[in-house]
Amino acid sequence: MSDPAVSGPAVRVGGGDGGSGTAPRGAAAPRARHARRAKSPGGSPARPSRGAPAGRPASLWSDAWHELRRRPLFVAAAVLIGVILLMAAVPQLFTSVDPYDAASCRLGDARQAPSAAHWFGTDNQGCDTLARTVYGTRNSLLVGLSTTAVTVLVGGLLGLVAGFRGGLPDALLSRVSEVFFAIPSVLGALLILAVFRTGTVWTVMLALAVLAWPMTFRIMRAAVIAARGQDYVVAARALGASGRRIMFRHILPNAVTSVIVVATVNLGVFIAAEAGLSFLGVGIQSPEISWGLMIADARPRFLEAASPLLFPAAFLSLTVLAFIMLGDAVRDALDPKLR
Amino acid sequence: MAATGDAILEVRDLVKHFPLTQGVVVRKQIGAVRAVDGISFDLRRGETLGIVGESGCGKSTLAKLLMGLERPTRGSVRIKGREIAGAKGGELKRIRRNIQLVMQDPYTSLNPRMTVGDIVGEPYEIHPEAAPKGDRRRRVQALLELVGLDPDHVNRYPHQFSGGQRQRIGIARGLALQPEVIVCDEPVSALDVSIQAQVVNLLARLQRDLGLSYVFIAHDLSVVRHIADRVGVMYLGKMVELGRDAEVYGQPAHPYTQALLSAVPVPDPEGRERRERIVLRGDPPSPANPPSGCRFRTRCWKAQEVCAQQEPPLQLRPGTWHESACHFPQIHDVIRAF
Repeated sequence: MSDPAVSGPAVRVGGGDGGSGTAPRGAAAPRARHARRAKSPGGSPARPSRGAPAGRPASLWSDAWHELRRRPLFVAAAVLIGVILLMAAVPQLFTSVDPYDAASCRLGDARQAPSAAHWFGTDNQGCDTLARTVYGTRNSLLVGLSTTAVTVLVGGLLGLVAGFRGGLPDALLSRVSEVFFAIPSVLGALLILAVFRTGTVWTVMLALAVLAWPMTFRIMRAAVIAARGQDYVVAARALGASGRRIMFRHILPNAVTSVIVVATVNLGVFIAAEAGLSFLGVGIQSPEISWGLMIADARPRFLEAASPLLFPAAFLSLTVLAFIMLGDAVRDALDPKLR
Repeated sequence: MAATGDAILEVRDLVKHFPLTQGVVVRKQIGAVRAVDGISFDLRRGETLGIVGESGCGKSTLAKLLMGLERPTRGSVRIKGREIAGAKGGELKRIRRNIQLVMQDPYTSLNPRMTVGDIVGEPYEIHPEAAPKGDRRRRVQALLELVGLDPDHVNRYPHQFSGGQRQRIGIARGLALQPEVIVCDEPVSALDVSIQAQVVNLLARLQRDLGLSYVFIAHDLSVVRHIADRVGVMYLGKMVELGRDAEVYGQPAHPYTQALLSAVPVPDPEGRERRERIVLRGDPPSPANPPSGCRFRTRCWKAQEVCAQQEPPLQLRPGTWHESACHFPQIHDVIRAF
């Protein structure tokens, strides 16, 4: 909407506070923000008078971003997630051993305790646990990210339609979602995965998404119904706005925050679910590497060698924790009532 | 003010009943809430018609009907001779260029995710014929200036403004299409008293400068008195009294209007003690099951047999100078101390 030529003059910091007139938006931001904060402790900004610093255009998102950066919980979660993402993208950075190369494992080295050569020890096949754990990150994250993307798209879109249209479409979609809600998730996933001969990242994603979309659907539907009744929607209708404009310009931007928050938390839950399904043998199959699979492989000889089970389990817990913490922080930052 | 003769908005026998239904699978109508039940009035060019009444009397439903946001059960709303009540699609959209809305709550009537420039400029996106594309930004800034805001604030978001400023943004949005009629639904009741005066004066100035006609709905009698040329008093979906503001305030004929006026706080202690206070008994009856005949009779001290049998129409009555809907109208000055 706002082309650069339009936003140009308004971000310029006027007044005689020494602010250079051409300060870029990012640089002017913190100062303008603090000025605004100081002026209005109650939250409602003081009346901006003519010629006073115009300030940067603040949105809920940029406010949330500023809020987030000051939270230790968010910073810890973000650093953890950053490391995990890097591990998934370029595992070679973290280990010189390629666990997909069968020659890297020597049966003679099986079940060694952690040492200088094998930091996390070795597993039943004599493979390096550190390398396998690092390489397993990619599959876990792929499942988590793709399942989240699919549930947000499918559940979000259907929720938008159901909440906005109401009536028969809403009744139909809601009943269908309740049917899926009624299926116990582990049992349902087992059933769906049993249909496929081999489990891969994508079959696991499908099984989880089929069972998880109703939650996103419900949250989106509720948020849309809440936004639909707002006065600004009535005002848009009074202007003669089309249904599509009201849906995408007025309702969706206001309803999407709650879905984003739940999606962040769910990401961690999906990663844990993938590990669970792989542990049960219906998820990702060997020779692919996944944390759940590693835990399953190490379980029978756990008493002899604990490290092949403990390290992937610790990585799994940390990853899930990081995403749930991120979800918590994002929820707090996006909810103005908690500010 | 400069109210010329021709009616720009004609409302005739407007009725809105909201059905009350029972049952989950098979819906059965068991009754109706008679929110607006037979209202007629004209709004002349350049005039302000104040509509007052207590909560639940159908004021806001009336506003929605005038805007074409609700479909009336019966009756007609004509703006410059064009019927809005039954209009659809492109026709409705065209009519809407002539009638716009200023809403009550400045905190919920602006989309928090849109900048002020986008909010005020949205009417031009919906009605691209109203302003050429290259001209829109200039027009938005001119509108902001018109309502007393800094035109450089187009890139700000609503939460960076105070309540009064937000209401100005809402007014600028309503003015964008250059409508001739503006329906103000309690435009100041969510604001502080000092800000109320600013906004009311802004509306009065805009009316003078742009020749607007207002339907000004409020429950605050003194605000309506300040801005309105004529005043209509509503009770349970009916108009009980309609006349010039000096007449309705100075010589109210309907007992409900008298009771309403006697409840207005008087800032002068002496006047407060001398003046008469009419205290109504009971609550307003349910609009789903209104009393027979005159709707006010259950709380009226003058009620007689005829009031339960015959509904008094809104008309000029002997001994009064403006229309009222009472079988026993009597001019009674309750606010001499005002």
